[in-house]
Amino acid sequence: MEDIEIGKVQEQLTRFVNKEVYVHLETTNGAYASHFDDKAYNVGAFIRNAKVTYTHAKIVGIGNAYRVGLKLEIGWVYAEGLSKWELDEKGQLLMAGHDREGRLMVALQISETPFKY
Amino acid sequence: MEKHVVVIYPHPDDEAFGASGTITKFREEGVPVTYLCGTLGEMGRNMGNPTFANRETLPEIRKKELIAACKVLDVDLRMLGYRDKTLEFESRDEVAEHLKSILLEIEPSLVITHYPDHAVHPDHNALGAAVIEAVSRMDEKTRPTVWAQAISRTYEEELGKPDVEMNILPFFKKKMATILAHQTQAQGVLGSMSQTTDDLEAIAKERLGTEFFYTWKF
Ligand SMILES: [Zn+2]
Repeated sequence: MEDIEIGKVQEQLTRFVNKEVYVHLETTNGAYASHFDDKAYNVGAFIRNAKVTYTHAKIVGIGNAYRVGLKLEIGWVYAEGLSKWELDEKGQLLMAGHDREGRLMVALQISETPFKY
Repeated sequence: MEKHVVVIYPHPDDEAFGASGTITKFREEGVPVTYLCGTLGEMGRNMGNPTFANRETLPEIRKKELIAACKVLDVDLRMLGYRDKTLEFESRDEVAEHLKSILLEIEPSLVITHYPDHAVHPDHNALGAAVIEAVSRMDEKTRPTVWAQAISRTYEEELGKPDVEMNILPFFKKKMATILAHQTQAQGVLGSMSQTTDDLEAIAKERLGTEFFYTWKF
């Protein structure tokens, strides 16, 4: 994955406007957080292949912390902490944020075809 | 001597960190070993350091790593096809029947798995519980022995001392090679076990030099 360039990612986000797309959204601090640190909490959520259509999309932020919002007819999709992106060979837009050790903390992915399940 | 050993864990790398020394010992004795790996670790956080995997490429990469690790260990591999992080939500009954059908086919004398409720990761606990359920449904006279591995911080207080203690330092080279076959995971997992050094081999030797199991009482 490459460092996010806001113009390039915005272009990709716009490409999917008003199309039926599949979204993978997740955030996690791992299943071992409270195993290695008893003051930590295990927190995570993911949704894979949520089918949505967004009417408007924007990426905002600076440096290594970007936020993306997708405006739906009756709600929003939101992710914070994104710093890397890639358009893979299937044309799926992948965005992610990692910690210092390279572990994934957040991911937002958009595709016109379902993600593998 | 064991007739056939079946190792059942949910993630590619559980066999490396948890039981690769014990597996090597059995293989050197000529005992056949089969690894039933529950998932492909699709939802893992470790993407390599520096990262070279992403959420979509991770499953294929981890599958290759798993195959390579099993080659290092010289064991048969079967992938069970469940999905990372979801095992605890599957029907316990269906998973147990699935496992039972494989065990009836292989007829192992020993099964190694995680100790339910003492294995930290929900997938570990859920698959371990399904294994116990599967074996308990088998004929008492012919069913295999089960060694259950606990990794929680409090297991010894709660369960007492494990009765099976394998000093695996004689097989440590193989263990390290198996761990390193899991390229996306080795550094992230070992690194999180120590704040004081980043010498992966030293961490592995200190933290993983003995493999402990409890013989399950049915
Ligand atoms: Zn695991």
